[in-house]
Amino acid sequence: MHSTSALSFSQATSLPTTNYAFHSHSAVNLRFCGLRRQAFGFSFSTHSTSTRLRLSTRAHSYKISASDGNNGTPPKSFDYDLIIIGAGVGGHGAALHAVNKGLKTAIIEGDVVGGTCVNRGCVPSKALLAVSGRMRELQSEHHMKALGLQVSAAGYDRQAVADHANNLASKIRNNLTNSMKALGVDILTGFGTILGPQKVKYGKVGSTYTLVTAKDIIIATGSVPFVPKGIEVDGKTVITSDHALKLEFVPDWVAIVGSGYIGLEFSDVYTALGSEVTFIEALDQLMPGFDPEIGKLAQRVLINPRKIDYHTGVFATKITPARDGKPVIIELTDAKTKEQKDTLEVDAALIATGRAPFTNGLGLENINVLTQRGFVPVDERMRVIDANGNQVPHLYCIGDANGKMMLAHAASAQGISVVEQVTGRDHVLNHLSIPAACFTHPEISMVGLTEPQAREKAEKEGFEVSVAKTSFKANTKALAENEGEGLAKLIYRPDNGEILGVHIFGLHAADLIHEASNAIALGTRIQDIKFAVHAHPTLSEVIDELFKSAKVKAPASTSTSSPVTEPVSA
Amino acid sequence: MANVLQTSFLPSTSSLRRTSISGSKGKSQALQLKAKIREIFMPALSSTMTEGKIVSWMKSEGDKLSKGESVVVVESDKADMDVESFHEGFLAAIMVEEGGVAPVGSAIALLAETEDEIAEAKAKSQSSSSSSHKVVEEQPKQIEETAPDVPAAAAPTVSASKTVALGSAAHPASDGGKRIVASPYAKKLAKELKVDLGTMAGTGPNGRIVAKDVEAAAAAGIVAASPAKPAPVAPGIELGTVVPFTTMQGAVSRNMVESLSVPTFRVGYTITTNALDALYKKIKSKGVTMTALLAKATALALAQHPVVNSCCRDGNSFTYNGSINIAVAVAIDGGLITPVLQDADKVDIYTLSRKWKELVEKARAKQLQPHEYNTGTFTLSNLGMFGVDRFDAILPPGTGAIMAVGASQPTVVASKDGSIGMKNQMQVNVTADHRVIYGADLAAFLQTLAKIVEDPKDLTF
Repeated sequence: MHSTSALSFSQATSLPTTNYAFHSHSAVNLRFCGLRRQAFGFSFSTHSTSTRLRLSTRAHSYKISASDGNNGTPPKSFDYDLIIIGAGVGGHGAALHAVNKGLKTAIIEGDVVGGTCVNRGCVPSKALLAVSGRMRELQSEHHMKALGLQVSAAGYDRQAVADHANNLASKIRNNLTNSMKALGVDILTGFGTILGPQKVKYGKVGSTYTLVTAKDIIIATGSVPFVPKGIEVDGKTVITSDHALKLEFVPDWVAIVGSGYIGLEFSDVYTALGSEVTFIEALDQLMPGFDPEIGKLAQRVLINPRKIDYHTGVFATKITPARDGKPVIIELTDAKTKEQKDTLEVDAALIATGRAPFTNGLGLENINVLTQRGFVPVDERMRVIDANGNQVPHLYCIGDANGKMMLAHAASAQGISVVEQVTGRDHVLNHLSIPAACFTHPEISMVGLTEPQAREKAEKEGFEVSVAKTSFKANTKALAENEGEGLAKLIYRPDNGEILGVHIFGLHAADLIHEASNAIALGTRIQDIKFAVHAHPTLSEVIDELFKSAKVKAPASTSTSSPVTEPVSA
Repeated sequence: MANVLQTSFLPSTSSLRRTSISGSKGKSQALQLKAKIREIFMPALSSTMTEGKIVSWMKSEGDKLSKGESVVVVESDKADMDVESFHEGFLAAIMVEEGGVAPVGSAIALLAETEDEIAEAKAKSQSSSSSSHKVVEEQPKQIEETAPDVPAAAAPTVSASKTVALGSAAHPASDGGKRIVASPYAKKLAKELKVDLGTMAGTGPNGRIVAKDVEAAAAAGIVAASPAKPAPVAPGIELGTVVPFTTMQGAVSRNMVESLSVPTFRVGYTITTNALDALYKKIKSKGVTMTALLAKATALALAQHPVVNSCCRDGNSFTYNGSINIAVAVAIDGGLITPVLQDADKVDIYTLSRKWKELVEKARAKQLQPHEYNTGTFTLSNLGMFGVDRFDAILPPGTGAIMAVGASQPTVVASKDGSIGMKNQMQVNVTADHRVIYGADLAAFLQTLAKIVEDPKDLTF
């Protein structure tokens, strides 16, 4: 088993064999308000691929560990083909695909359908960001004047903004629920606990539990905001994204601990609504997860000109909520010397230090699975690995709970991948083809490797790396919008034209990335994609220019079934 | 990758090196350290680029730079690029500020090798900043010889941190004044306006310094009045030169431009001052000044017309000020300051007069505390002493109205009963923010003021 996977699915090598059509799954196109992932790194093991072992679900040659045997024998007939624990975006994606593949499916939800993304994450935050984007535009007198517009002072009603976010979340939640009901997915209410192989109980805390069995089980319990120790969250002045999305108040001065996606997006919202922001970042640079060059540019546009300052290389070791007329007090400790460095007094603190898996009470001990920092260990096919390093049969874990890539659309893609496997088609998801986006104004998006990562890989594997860049300044549509600030960056192999990574900072970057992520997912090479035509004038020409400016030595492939037979003059 | 511009940093002293480092070559006086100050040039980022705009300085004056570190972002005709330092050292002086444009090859900053040389480099930057353009025309990327010895005259003009005169203010929000608590935007503004936060009292929550405190401090202008600054008096002006604004003048300029965004209008009134003059004569011996009397009269009128004491901060609302604080414009060396008579409606005229004397003395000695010049809710500007009979004042941002007071002059007046007589009259002219104060408000206020001045018994309680 392991040997087969190593053979063709090492993530970075996108072999041409990955270029298989995703046939006969029309239901996958049931997109949910953009929640479902847009680009799949599917690489199917088809019968024609002779180098791979053929797999059939019913004949998995799992090693069954001793502990599994202790938990009783698996039932002979099952209540369901598939039970998914957790009805977030990951669980939802898996459920829909499972129904489409003819599986009798149930989904267990202990809280509300939609999970973090829909209720406390991506969805309501997009509502707030939609507001902040417009506020920012209306407040930018300079920008308005340049367009010839006159706008008198823009203002906002906090409650109405909060309602917009809340309404959006409930609308999407209802859509998700209805879509599953309509397709015949059983929604079982309560917390799910794994009792043994293929056995789950569920029920509300304190009441009776119901036992259900399923041939396969997917854990999709997601994550909760991670709060480092020493920080006291009171939900009012010291808050996490859960509270912040309710927008119960707009503080004059808010400290944001962590400058990743969540922190950045909230800084965009808060500054547009009139707050001043102080970032507290443990690493030496802001926006540590981004490509350094993009990060630098983003800092210049999203941080420096705004009412934001920052402390880097420090931990917020102690945060006390505002009380007795005192403000929120934050103690900063130097990340290296561990000496107390400074104290901040602010009106509110938002803890955006990442997210922790929500895997407590899942009953993992019943099947001898040890979590790693709370994450459920899985292999590249999302199969759960037990404490002895063996696969737990019929048990999978997707999404934030496995920590592979904590993004809603990644969870959904992993879920679909698992359903593919349990219905008899081996499948490994290429995580390097999964795009990510940060919805600031302008947006940041990326797929694949950052430049330092690519160079490191190149050094190890001995290939050359090149970088191409295009500016939004040269794009007609961006200039028409008066939004010329931005950069697109392509990291590629000049020898064979493989796309290693694409990073975009600029107007609608989150929508522009998919051309690149699809190309990576399908193994399309630059020398081929550069002949694809883009409508003029559109922002997508930024990406067109990017591909065209790459200097690839390999000739365009002739075998491609591209409808474009002649080069298009630029 | 930001491009490393090999040509952008060039040593400006070709042969002078620290003797201690270069061994015992040359001179043996180990103690005589010579400066090594490099100039940072505007790089040519593309073949068509002739000039570049400084998008942002990523480092501030005094910051240490290591080799390869990004220093400045330059916008060319094509794109923004980071420019990296090719040498280690300290960013001693920024010669082209953010937003400024410089031709390719001209010096935009100075890089000192050691911290000690920063001051020297700064002095150099001031003496050479005007000549940087010439350098370009001669040889864009050539080593420029610079005199290592600082001209004595240019030496002491450094001072990035002014406000020595302000003394220190205790911050309620800080540990007994040890720490400065200022909001992110306040800090940014302070840097931009070159205002020292250490000398400012905050008016935000828990005594925090907020943006408007910084703006007020900058507007008050005192900030720049550092002792070292030569007063721009008439005899010292060199004709035919362009003299850049001092920090204070820059702040005044910004405020004046900012005032253009406020929709103002003016209402004038002629007030007979015979009774006031008589009162003044009577109580002058008790130390009462005319300024105090005018301030008092204005404050009493404002008490009846709170809207004229209001202001519009956000474009959406009236801010009705809790107290009536009359700011009075006073000309000082090289500028203008507005000491504030707080609670002028409540304080009696004698105390008010004493307070005014004290404020004026402090203003001349540049010892006013921030709350003594930036808390005004209504401003008085009096040019009567020059014989000006009427003028027009610009509304200081953040307040609702300002009154320009002309000289009180004997005037031939026809009264309603048909008689003609001589009366002392002065003209006042109020400029107000029409977003909050309307014509009728001002008219009613002026009518009340005229009544008070014409029958001034209330002024003395």
